[in-house]
Order: sequence, then structure tokens, then C-alpha cells
Amino acid sequence: MWIFLARRLVQTLPVLLGVSVITFLLIYYLPADPARMYAGPSATVETVARIRHELGLDQPLWVQYTTYLARAARGDLGFSYRKQIAVTELILSRMPYTLALTLAGIFVELLIGLPVGIASAVARGKWADRVGMFIALIGISAPPFWLGLLLLYWFGFRLPILPLGGADEATSIVLPALTAGLGGAAWYARMMRSSTLDILSTDYVRTARAKGRSMFGVIVRHVLPNALNPIITMAGMDIPWFIGGVVLVERVFNWPGVGRMAVEAIETVDVPLILGTVIFTAVMVVVSGILIDVVQGLVDPRIRHSRQGQ
Amino acid sequence: MAVTQSESDQVKSPEIVTLAQEGLAPATSEVGYFAVIWRRLRRDGAAMLGAALVALIALVGLLAPLLAPHDPTEQFRDGLTPDGQPMPSTLLTEGSTRYLFGTDSNGRDLLSRILYGAQVSLLVGVLANTLAVALGVMVGSVAGYFGGWLEILLMRFTDIMMAFPTLLLAMALVAILKPSLWIIIVVIGLVYWTWIARVVYGQVLALRDRDFVTASRALGSSRRATLFRHILPQLVPTIIVWGTLGIATNVMLEASLSYLGIGVQPPTPSWGGMIQQGQSYYRTAPWMVIFPGLAIMITVFAFNLLGDGLRDALDPTQRGRA
Repeated sequence: MWIFLARRLVQTLPVLLGVSVITFLLIYYLPADPARMYAGPSATVETVARIRHELGLDQPLWVQYTTYLARAARGDLGFSYRKQIAVTELILSRMPYTLALTLAGIFVELLIGLPVGIASAVARGKWADRVGMFIALIGISAPPFWLGLLLLYWFGFRLPILPLGGADEATSIVLPALTAGLGGAAWYARMMRSSTLDILSTDYVRTARAKGRSMFGVIVRHVLPNALNPIITMAGMDIPWFIGGVVLVERVFNWPGVGRMAVEAIETVDVPLILGTVIFTAVMVVVSGILIDVVQGLVDPRIRHSRQGQ
Repeated sequence: MAVTQSESDQVKSPEIVTLAQEGLAPATSEVGYFAVIWRRLRRDGAAMLGAALVALIALVGLLAPLLAPHDPTEQFRDGLTPDGQPMPSTLLTEGSTRYLFGTDSNGRDLLSRILYGAQVSLLVGVLANTLAVALGVMVGSVAGYFGGWLEILLMRFTDIMMAFPTLLLAMALVAILKPSLWIIIVVIGLVYWTWIARVVYGQVLALRDRDFVTASRALGSSRRATLFRHILPQLVPTIIVWGTLGIATNVMLEASLSYLGIGVQPPTPSWGGMIQQGQSYYRTAPWMVIFPGLAIMITVFAFNLLGDGLRDALDPTQRGRA
């Protein structure tokens, strides 16, 4: 297990390095001048030149990159040009919001997706199955930002029972989490239906049913444990998309997370902040990938053993 | 999700047996591969609904200049209420049918803008996906078939690209290259191919050591000829399915970028951009948000429905499953 984990961690290093190179190159070719953005519109040409020198922006690309990397390795991602605050500090202050929204969204996905998928599989071919899968497909097709605005309109404005955005109240997270989770819930429902169908047609389920176990018992005892693995795999593939979706949801609800900050950073050409947020989200994607591999080994002994054999 | 292969050299016999069982074809007839697929597709109501909707949306996009009651960019003097607010939709209420879907905050006709918006969505969705599928198939099949350092290089690069959150990467790219219709198409293609490359790579790995590939090599075909003559044809079902489902994803990506204000630039009407404009008015003029969102949803839904149907038709073992 530990060897596997260590190897996985080593494997991610080139990926993260690649992410940082690509991000750095992208920003280097950004048409806007970061020194000008930093100095403000009223600064003189001399001031802008001085700032460019102070920020090291007049250095060759590779010098800028290696300096950035050496600092980043020590946890220093530089200062936001616009806010004049350390990028690490900014990200850490926003991270709890994004983390909370991500976890709440995934909770919504599972809470709705799994039962609907199982119910659909059990009712295979009946109208409940068809209606369920039809609604799931509609859920997949609805743009999350649109869904968010509709929810805001109904639950925030028409029947004002939930806040109209922001993160000031405990109930503020309900609508963003629903918005972030509904589309994903539809994917999980489809996926869970297909896994459940597979499992329900196995010999051990037929045996269990023949021995008199109820459908409910079969689902708890056989379907859920066996469906766990594909769901975890799916969660792994879902995360880069989910974080992308969170960017939109944070924007709709004015949720003070990392995603909204990244959008603002791109809009204001705040180079260190763009670099920081993109690398941070990439780290989040990579780390969750590793976590998923680990969890998969924990829940499925077959995977654990095949890894030991390597 | 993955589409399993049926070998082209074996495809006729088992397919026809299945069709004979379905009562569709005599067991001895020679039926072409695509004719078989088409017959299966025709029996799938949901897929046909998807196909009909896709055709309808394409027609709307093509005929927008004829169908639209107004110029989509014209700001009408009578398009705003006396106190400068957008005009509500008269679809469900009594009133003049001049602005059926209402107007936006600039006094422009929402119905005309939505009809024209189909052009942008379809153009971006289809072209971006063509690029993504081409890149994905190229990278995935070359990495899977040739192996060695090419495989390591290409698949590592794919991993790196996949570590970026899709939407953030697209945003950063568009911001650098300045938003325009063609840039959006290229950027969406550039962030989306990785998913297709992964799927194709997996399939080619499984095909690489099959007997018909070995036989082709043993008979003296070059590696390149084998890739083109024997491996790529096996990928046709994957290409068809992703070529359809991917359009749904890319229409959504375009709408998301436009919603964030870095997609297709005004005054060109795009559905995502219309929702962005409507966001500030969603309490007083919800129709500005509702109609463009419905248009996005129906379009994405149509391509999803058709793509699902095609997958079932191309791979009957998956029928009625996911």
C-alpha cells in the first residue's frame, strides 16, 4: 500500500511540472502587460518599466520560470498584483468555501443519483425506469448556471426561503450545492442503473433471491458493495469537470470560492493569482485522483492484491 | 461508456444472425454495416426523437434569417416598456405577438436572438468536436499502436492536459488568444480531445495484439498501413458515438464560456451570452434567462439522445443499459 502510494506520488510530479510549464507559457503570451496592470492606468512609462524590472518581468522566460518554481517549492506563490496579498494566503482563505461546496455538491450527486439509479434498474423497462432516465438525461443537458438562476428565482425570490447568493448564512450553501450536484446526480443515476443491472443478473444474486432474500436485502448486501468501485472510478473522472462546474456555480451565487477568484484573476490579468489558482486546482485534481486510487484499493481487495503483485 | 468493438471482417455473420432473430432480415442476406445500424436506430424511439430535434435545430440555424421576425441585433424603440424595462413574453399571456418571447434589456427581440443563436451553438459544437475527435483519434491511436517513447510522451501529455480543470483551461486560453468565434472553436477542441484520446488509446491497446493485426503484419503490411487499414476502421463506432455526444459537451462549453463573458462577443447572439445579460434582470425579467437556457438544454439533450441511441445501435450488448 505504502509503496503504491509512494509510486503514485512520484508519478504525479511530472504531471504537475507539466501543468506549471504550460500555465507559465500561457501567461507569458497573454496579450495584456502585467506590469501595466500592476502599476495602474495613470502610471508613467518609467514607473511601468521600473515595476517590470522589480517584478522580474524583464528577465528571460526560463529565468522567470525557474525563479517561480524555486519559490513555489517553498510554498511561496508570489503576491497578487491587484490585491497586494500573498497568493497562498488568498487561496487558503477561499479554499474552505470551494471545499465545502465541492463536498456538498458531491453529497447531492450521490444522495439523488444512487437511489434513482437503483430504483430505475429494479424497475427496468417499466415506465418509472423510462421517466427516471429521461429526467436524468434532461438533468445532464441543463446548463448549471441556468439551473442556478432558476433555483435562485424560485427559492430566493418568488418564495424567499433561501438567501439570494453570497455565503453569509448557514443556508447559503443549499442552492449552490443543489446546482453543482444536480447535473452530476443524473450521471450517477445512469451509471448506477447500469451497474445495478449487471449485478442483478449475476449468479450470486439469483442464489440470494432463491434463498428467499428480499430485493431490498439484495440491494443492501450485494448491489451496493459491488457497485461501489465503478462509482469511485466515476467520481475520479468527474472531479476535473466538477471543479469546472464549480467555477460557474460560484459565479452565479457570488460564492467566495477559489473558482470565482480564478475567473476574476483571468479578467484582471493578475498573473501570480492565475498561476496560483490554476496550479492549485490542478493539484486538487491530482490529489483527488490519488485519493480515489487509495480508496479503490481499500474497498476492493482484488485491486489491492493486483497492486501488491506488481 | 466505452464502445466495444465488433470486428469488421466478422461483422456480417453475427449481425445478420441478430437481425434474423429480430425478424428484420433473412439470415442469408448481405446487409451493409451501416444499413444494419440504421435499422436498429430506426427502432429506437428516443434516438429518433434526438435525430429529429437535431435536424430541427440545424434547420432553425440555417433558416434563421427567414424565420426570425426581427433583426437580432436591432434595438427597438418600442422594445422597452415606458420606464425602460424589457418587454415580457406574450407566449402565455394576452398581448401583441410582436415580441413573442419578450425583449432583452436593450430592447432586442429575444425570439430572433434565440433563432440566430442556434447558428453559433451548432457551428462551435460541430467544428470544435470535429477538431477534438481528430486530435483524440490521432494521439490515442498513435500512442496505443506504436508504443515506446511515443506512447509515453503522448499519454503523459494527455495526463497533463487532463489535470487542468477543463473550463479554467479554456478560459485562460481564450483570454490569451482574444475571444472570437474561431478562437473559441479551436480552444474547445484543444481542451476536449484528451477524453477521446484516452478512450481510443484503450481500444487500440486492446486491438494491437489481436490476430488480424498480427496477420496483417505477417503478410508484409507496414505498421502505418496496418494502422490505417485494420485498426482505424475498428474505431469507427467510437468516432461516431463521440462525434455526437461530444457535440453536446461542446455546445455546453461554448455556452459556459459565453456566460462567463469570454465566449462569442456581442452583438453576435449566443445563448450563453444572453443568459449572462439576463442574469442582472432575472428577478424582474426572468424570460431573458429562461428561453436561452431552454434552447441550450434542448440542443444538448438532442445530441445526447442521438448519441446514446447510436451507441446502443453500434453495440447491441449495451442496449438499454447506460
